[in-house]
Amino acid sequence: MAKSDVKLLGAWTSPFAMRPRIALNIKSVDYEFQEEDWLVSKSELLLKSNPVHKKVPVLIHAGNPICESLIIVQYIDEVWSSGPSILPSDPYDRATARFWSAYIDDKWFPSMVAFLFAQEEDAKKAAIAQMEEGLVPLEEAFGKCSKGKAFFGGDRIGFLDIAFGCFLGWLRVIEKAGGIELLNETQTPSPLKWAERFSSDIAVKELLPDTDKLAEFRKKAQAKMTANN
Amino acid sequence: MGDEVKLFGSWASPFSRRVEIALKLKGVSYEFIQEDFSNKSPLLLKYNPVHKKVPVLLHNGKPIAESLVILEYIDETWKGNPIYPEDPYERAVARFWAKFIDEKCMPAAWKACTAEEEQEKAMEEACECLKTLEGALKDKKFFGGETVGLVDIVANTIGFWLKVIQEMMGVKLLTAEKFPVLFKWSEEYVGCPIIKRDLPPSDELMVHFRAILKRAK
Repeated sequence: MAKSDVKLLGAWTSPFAMRPRIALNIKSVDYEFQEEDWLVSKSELLLKSNPVHKKVPVLIHAGNPICESLIIVQYIDEVWSSGPSILPSDPYDRATARFWSAYIDDKWFPSMVAFLFAQEEDAKKAAIAQMEEGLVPLEEAFGKCSKGKAFFGGDRIGFLDIAFGCFLGWLRVIEKAGGIELLNETQTPSPLKWAERFSSDIAVKELLPDTDKLAEFRKKAQAKMTANN
Repeated sequence: MGDEVKLFGSWASPFSRRVEIALKLKGVSYEFIQEDFSNKSPLLLKYNPVHKKVPVLLHNGKPIAESLVILEYIDETWKGNPIYPEDPYERAVARFWAKFIDEKCMPAAWKACTAEEEQEKAMEEACECLKTLEGALKDKKFFGGETVGLVDIVANTIGFWLKVIQEMMGVKLLTAEKFPVLFKWSEEYVGCPIIKRDLPPSDELMVHFRAILKRAK
């Protein structure tokens, strides 16, 4: 398939945009990447391709736009079906992967946002407590999903690895800023070890942003948003 | 086949009703267990410890929670009368709208109907959502085309529950004047046999909502 047939609108700072990139890497699909500098302005193509949410990531395949990161990942898995599978083959395992991915986005991610935008110390502490608490169920989830193997997806990274692993960059920024260990030996030993393996995976390695660069970006973003308000 | 299927749900919950629509569509026999929100059963808490909510589908002893996850599971497990489109792009579009309805549309609509402060702003946002959703319908009979599909099933909140709430609260949100195409869809929708049988009686639903709103105060 020609490279120009597959285009991804994303941003190096966006964990959501990382998800389809990992998926495309797993499938060895050549694609054109367009970096959206969303702090400055959104491109016409982005606004046209995702008029409802005006957000990255957007996959444009054979002229069709697909939006929402996990929907894009499933699309990639279904279209490039000859490559390694991203979702498990068993319907119950698929449901489990989808359940935990939804949990991460709907229940855990908001606490991460709360920390990143918190101004007062109290609010920051509360957000951290929520983040820590929210990670605890992933210890058991890892056991159930991995079935003794290296990743949530088994021998290779899969849907849930991608759904959660994309947050590791920001997780590390928060850990550094807060002087804490969100993934730790006591409560989440399995995800802690998994994080190392995930980060060094060939489909992921080059996509995880440098922690210091991301922290720099965060300062810039905070300054801009405060100025806008 | 020896399938054992149980559904922990509630007559008043659109999320629970979605699963019932899907199971009936597929011709799957199931045992329904009505859950009382003020007194959740130990089994519900055991099978959905993370959210402690209905619906939970139990298939041969294995629990699945979250209505959208359950719908996809049902479609993948029982092949007849497909709910999801077959084409990957169409599937992605269907998943998109299902997510939009649950995450943006219905919450905005609920807020517009029940907000005591900033009602005008809430109304504006809800109207924007409904307009967007109406755009997805275009000139089709249903979101799924000629027949009801995933998005229609998920839109039970918009097609029925919203109408009950707005009537109860005296809010004119989804009207024929404002959203002719979406309104027309909602009329067809509630008359559709596979949907109709899983719509609770409006008056009982209103009593149920009043109790919820009272408790929230």
